[in-house]
Amino acid sequence: MLTLFIKEINTFFSSLIGYMAMVVFLLTTGLFLWVFPETNLLDYGYASLDSLFFTAPWIFMFLVPAITMRSFSEEFKTGTIELLTTRPVTDLQIIAGKYLSAVFLVFFALLPTLVYYFTIYRLGLPPGNLDSGAIWGSYIGLLLLGAAFAAIGIFASSLSSNQIVAFLLAVFLCFIFYQTFDYLSKLNIFYARIDDVVEQLGINAHYESLSRGVIDTRDLVYFGSFIALFLLLTQLVVESRKW
Amino acid sequence: MSVQVSNLSKIYGTQKAVNNISFEAIEGEILGFLGPNGAGKTTTMKILTCFIPPSNGTASVCGFDVQQAPMEVRRAIGYLPEHNPLYADMYVRESLEFIARLHQLGKNTRSRIDEMIHLTGLEREQKKHIGQLSKGYRQRVGLAQAMIHNPRVLILDEPTSGLDPNQLAEIRNVIKTLGKEKTVILSTHIMQEVQALCNRVIILDRGQIVANDLTQNLQHRSQAKTTVIAEFTPNPKPANLQLIPHVGRVEQLGAKWRLYPDAEYDLRPDIFRFAIQNNLTLLTLLQEESSLEDVFRQLTAGREEQPQPAV
Repeated sequence: MLTLFIKEINTFFSSLIGYMAMVVFLLTTGLFLWVFPETNLLDYGYASLDSLFFTAPWIFMFLVPAITMRSFSEEFKTGTIELLTTRPVTDLQIIAGKYLSAVFLVFFALLPTLVYYFTIYRLGLPPGNLDSGAIWGSYIGLLLLGAAFAAIGIFASSLSSNQIVAFLLAVFLCFIFYQTFDYLSKLNIFYARIDDVVEQLGINAHYESLSRGVIDTRDLVYFGSFIALFLLLTQLVVESRKW
Repeated sequence: MSVQVSNLSKIYGTQKAVNNISFEAIEGEILGFLGPNGAGKTTTMKILTCFIPPSNGTASVCGFDVQQAPMEVRRAIGYLPEHNPLYADMYVRESLEFIARLHQLGKNTRSRIDEMIHLTGLEREQKKHIGQLSKGYRQRVGLAQAMIHNPRVLILDEPTSGLDPNQLAEIRNVIKTLGKEKTVILSTHIMQEVQALCNRVIILDRGQIVANDLTQNLQHRSQAKTTVIAEFTPNPKPANLQLIPHVGRVEQLGAKWRLYPDAEYDLRPDIFRFAIQNNLTLLTLLQEESSLEDVFRQLTAGREEQPQPAV
């Protein structure tokens, strides 16, 4: 499985995909955090990274599907899936290799934003005057959110041999799971009855709960099962050639 | 028995791609799969390599069942899929290393890669991107990938398609050398390839085995009845041609005639005498060089007019 993981990482960084993903992510978050007038931190005047943690999920919503869209689509299209599946590796290992490499790329893109944290830490008055707990919670939340989006992306990629279709489907699913359940819970038929249950189905509720700085096992279990569900669905799709 | 297939069937929807076939392949044998397009060659190979499971029946490689022990089967076989899919963005060495690591060759990785590169003649191309290689060299990379883990059984789906004559000869030599100690199953629709390479031939048509015999026996089978092409002037009536001793069937080919003997018999002297007796000038008298191609046509073409059997 390590071999598969390394192969996928190599594909990211031997083409432009890996670099592009990181540059795009850092550039957009940087602009939002430091430059754009509505969201920039210097005008805002509070030592917090809220602006980053608000914009990052929306950027991930497009970026992660872009990273994952080729993972299975390309293999199906060029037939290399046959090369992989007739070697002594299980389908689950192939999926895990692809999935973990995507998560690794998300992690790698997040890493440089620690510079923002350090900058704000120093800029605070007095230095270090910021809610570190909330920030670390948010980072964990963001990483889990990226991991959840990657699971969606891999699943979408397994459904089609066309990368564009895979990308659009993944963006759509990411949006549905990130935001829609929040809105749905405010519908009249759910409101004041099961609105909290509906809200808890979405990613946003759990992401926000983590960004308060409390690592709640319910959120971890949610993300864990979310990812497991989509990876198992992927396995189902990949194995459907055998039906 | 390295490869054993019994009563194997594969049904796609309502179409029977492979219909109840059984065969065996032993070590040191090159077995050729021959058949028109859609005969079930590729499907059979995909089942043997555990890419798709059979609908019915069993297949085993080196004693491991493809459904019960797929990992052992995959370790025992080297597979070159149809159209030779490769990762175009990898380097030649990198791709071989990737496959070697999937097979967990460990310390042998380097030496095996070098050996494969040497065997397939890729020395000059080893530092290139696969995407830059010509078709012949890609085919060699595919072969090298298939053999890197020194498998006991090699399954090659149309290994020589798209090669130029020189490359063809080289790849055939590689396969021939391998076939001495391994079991090689290859599919092709080129008859000369079977004649040049294979010890045994299985001819498939519409998912069924129509012939399974040693190559020389099959060739012999076709030569048993040798046809003759003749041209006369003036042109005789077919009824008169039927009067020539031992002539079975007569077929008109424009101004020429194809004469089928009714038994194993050389018709030429009798045709010559016929021409003299009837005061005809004999323009052409040609014994048809028959080969596997004819056996292939005889075995597969006749069924083409039949309607597709409903399933």
